[in-house]
Amino acid sequence: MADATYPAELRYHREHDWASVDGDIATFGITWWAQDALGDVVFFDPPDVGAAIRADESYGELESVKAVSDLIAPLDGEVVEVNQAVVDSPELVNDDPYGAWLVRVRMSDATQVDGLLDAEAYQALIG
Amino acid sequence: MTSSAPAMLRRSPLDDIHDAAGARMVPFAGWRMPVQYGGVLAEHHAVRTSAGIFDVSHMGQFVVRGESAHASLQRVLGNSLDRLADVGHAQYTLLLNDAGGIEDDLIAYRREHGEYLLVVNASRREHDLAWLRREVDAGCIVEDVSDSWAMLALQGPAALGVLADAYVDLLDTPAFRSVDVVLEGERCIVATTGYTGEQGCEMLVPTAAAAAVWTRITSDPRVTPCGLAARDTLRLEACFPLHGNDITPETDAVSAGLGWTIGWDTPQFTGAEALRAVRDAGPARRLVPLRAEGRGIPRAGCAVHVPSGEVIGTVSSGTMSPTLGVGIALAWIEAEHASVDSGVTIDVRGRRVQAIVSRRPFHRDPPPPPAR
Repeated sequence: MADATYPAELRYHREHDWASVDGDIATFGITWWAQDALGDVVFFDPPDVGAAIRADESYGELESVKAVSDLIAPLDGEVVEVNQAVVDSPELVNDDPYGAWLVRVRMSDATQVDGLLDAEAYQALIG
Repeated sequence: MTSSAPAMLRRSPLDDIHDAAGARMVPFAGWRMPVQYGGVLAEHHAVRTSAGIFDVSHMGQFVVRGESAHASLQRVLGNSLDRLADVGHAQYTLLLNDAGGIEDDLIAYRREHGEYLLVVNASRREHDLAWLRREVDAGCIVEDVSDSWAMLALQGPAALGVLADAYVDLLDTPAFRSVDVVLEGERCIVATTGYTGEQGCEMLVPTAAAAAVWTRITSDPRVTPCGLAARDTLRLEACFPLHGNDITPETDAVSAGLGWTIGWDTPQFTGAEALRAVRDAGPARRLVPLRAEGRGIPRAGCAVHVPSGEVIGTVSSGTMSPTLGVGIALAWIEAEHASVDSGVTIDVRGRRVQAIVSRRPFHRDPPPPPAR
């Protein structure tokens, strides 16, 4: 299993999701802490392309053998891409939580990024 | 997570070993126990293909002795002890109430000198002790020896081979037999029992020798340490009920599909009249295995529907089957819909998932190829 890491170039939401921003497109996934807490992921239930997602609200689900977990959106946006590789092989999330991105969105308000945590602040949060 | 302060958790004799191995520890029945080491899927597959070892030291053990031990247990337990033809024989049996409901499920072992050893669920240990002491005849003593014993379960196709190489050869021993054997200098009881649907054994080891036995067994490369998560996926694939989920004091043994554990010929036993009535009339509801055919994992509490829509029951246990790659469950459903191959739908968080009533066990019932 992957070692605990929190890449410095990402931004983090307190509900254990990360965001990576490139122009007006943001990519979302879950952190090492989240996949460790979930255990072996067996299903990824993504939103539809075109769906509107809202910051701090659920945009999909990851299910492990023992529990189901809502995915909390770090930012507002419209879904432009879903990672089909994770739909097909959900265990990728455990193996590489930062490579196994879940959705890409076109942000509606890029200033929201300022409200996210940096790697240091997120690590302080999880203790 | 709730914010209440946790009560002190009991520690297994293997607690330090689990921590050293990097196990994720959780509270379970008042004990601090490993839920997983390397991951539930890997641990599950290890047991199905090679061998896994579980710390089950939290379970309860009672010695029942005295002149009226046999008569008392014949009355209080559902199975007939007369099926135990010899010292060392063991049986799966139920602690029943007057309604034929299941206060606990347990293994009873016939020991020397007319004594019996009972191994009970961790979550029911205090309840069962009080119940037995209240129900047995005068002169029958129920002694709680749980604190003297650690318990290890070694399960899988390679398990008895590992045991033979390490300690004792039970490869030709039938299931549900126990032997007294010295391991690591201590008198232990090793039984060909288990809760995974695989061959293997369960070892009662005095706490002083528990670490040495665990270390010796896990030094065999065929063995993987396994936690409570894998224990649950394995037992559910094998369709073994879990007390508190699938069977409770409110569920009778016949409706639960456990009529085979009842010694019907025993003249008097607690719950006999109620169980005979259910057996003769036929149960109104039955505990059946369900296999999901679509995406989605049924969980305890999910409603079960006929395809046309009405609710016919409830899931009592559910998980993802690591062997089958689909959701599996045990569910209580109306008897007329409980035949094997009946189609149902399960409400999983608002979505209807197609499922089918399966044969037992799940992991040796591969579905036919899907029609295309």
